[in-house]
Amino acid sequence: MIQTATLDKLKAAFAGLAVSEFRSQTRVVAPLASAAALMAYLKKDGGFDLLVDVTCVDYLNFRDAKDRFGLVYLLASTVTNERLTVRIFVNEPDLTVPSVTSLWAGANWLEREVYDMFGISFAGHPDLRRILMPFEFDAFPLRKDYPMQGRGERHNFPVLTRGRS
Amino acid sequence: MPLEPATFAAEQEDAQDYVWSLNFGPQHPATHTTLRLVLKLDGERVIDAIPDIGYLHSGFEKIGEHLNYNQYVTVTDRMNYISPMANNVAWHGAVENLLGLEIPPRCKYIRTIVAELARISDHLLCNGAVGLDVGAFTYFLYAFNRREDIYNIFESLCGARFTNSYTRVGGVMRDANPQFVDLVRKFVQTFPKTLDDMDRLLNRNRIFIDRTKGVGVFSKEAATNTSCTGPIARASGVTRDLRKDEPYLAYADFDFQVCCATAGDCFARYLVRNAEMRESLKIVAQAIENLPGGPVNVDIGERTAIPTKQAVYSTIEGCISHFELTMSNRGFVVPNEECYSAIESPNGELGFYLVGDGSEVAYRARCRPPSFIHFSVFPQLIRGHTLSDVVAVLGSLNIIAAELDR
Repeated sequence: MIQTATLDKLKAAFAGLAVSEFRSQTRVVAPLASAAALMAYLKKDGGFDLLVDVTCVDYLNFRDAKDRFGLVYLLASTVTNERLTVRIFVNEPDLTVPSVTSLWAGANWLEREVYDMFGISFAGHPDLRRILMPFEFDAFPLRKDYPMQGRGERHNFPVLTRGRS
Repeated sequence: MPLEPATFAAEQEDAQDYVWSLNFGPQHPATHTTLRLVLKLDGERVIDAIPDIGYLHSGFEKIGEHLNYNQYVTVTDRMNYISPMANNVAWHGAVENLLGLEIPPRCKYIRTIVAELARISDHLLCNGAVGLDVGAFTYFLYAFNRREDIYNIFESLCGARFTNSYTRVGGVMRDANPQFVDLVRKFVQTFPKTLDDMDRLLNRNRIFIDRTKGVGVFSKEAATNTSCTGPIARASGVTRDLRKDEPYLAYADFDFQVCCATAGDCFARYLVRNAEMRESLKIVAQAIENLPGGPVNVDIGERTAIPTKQAVYSTIEGCISHFELTMSNRGFVVPNEECYSAIESPNGELGFYLVGDGSEVAYRARCRPPSFIHFSVFPQLIRGHTLSDVVAVLGSLNIIAAELDR
């Protein structure tokens, strides 16, 4: 739920934003070039002080999808209880988006998880390492071209023997 | 780069040779779950803590792309296994939001009751474990004893005590029976006495206060900036509670208060959880006395919930609906859309970001896990405190590794 005044101000500040609504949730598609400016505006002037979640969707097999990856930023305001979803679409080969850790400290682990699961790198992230998967893992498991059963990593996992430890 | 305590110590060795590194977990009794911390110690004081997670990563989100909307509820049970009912309610709330389905009032009330009972049982365990970790073993037993009653209530409702899998798309697995109502009424009557006993054990206990007051202090701005929600944010003065701010289910019908504190330390988090149990009990008491009649599942025409046996055998609509829902290539229609839907789970905002692609299986089932976000703030809460405070802070954050790693 977002107030119309906030949305109008946002539209005035950033011309040509694609805004859509579904089940009374407002979504904004930010072009990659102006994504950093848009996020900074939403944090500082829009009043969205809570970053609820950062996630990603791989649209590889999705019907009528034009872009490969769609990042999802769920924002909320603890004062006015508004919510806004910001989408950023990225395509291979350049899977880099600006990090929002400087705006919301909570984005640190959330962006690391997106990097871990989808291989999208965040420019300006202070500590972009894998978080859930082992460091030796070399695939991105939540991509749609990664099979559910894995590619045999479980069976060929390097085992640390007592002698080497 | 893998986190090895040896390499970690080596890089510090030259400049600060008095700094120790201590490996805490993943198999430590005070972590309660499988998580690991590398602590940087100066004597007994913690200079820094580096969390290392992923030991319990089981690919729940990947599984969500392969199980249908009803099957996946069994996986949500295993996320926060301290309050599985709340996860069930959150999952099917999100699915129904995606479908645009309005559930009947009776179902809303039953889901509210089980979600609040789950909150009580989660807070009992969390506070009990904080007590246990700082030395109040009796308190833990008081708390755990009452969790047994909640298990009995859930057993009378759905037959399962621990992993309930109670909800379904457009309804619940079984309607509430008189035995359930009796057990809940009995619980509502007897639980305040236990809470009073528990308050008397710890609220003015010198040892407990010394161990928790002023430990792990978290400011209001920091709590919001690091995406914290739930009791942890409320203990720091953030008055955000989705039950009031975005009333879902039947919360708009009940009289209850949002419990907040301003201190932001472990003791404040304990007090907030304690106060929330009383408020939850108020909600349960109001809901069980005003439980509406009528159907518990959505109408047969919606074609999402399996109709009753009687409807299957005596009506043509029921028969068709049952056939459509049980055939593997039929089922209900989901829009090619995506939406986010959250509830106030015992730990904070538990949401699911769902992408539907028309089939019965979610295209993407993202879970917004409160434990994951709360554990990321652990290093800044523990810095400057002693090693023995690690367990107090860890306990007050209520980290459930199954939800942390999913």
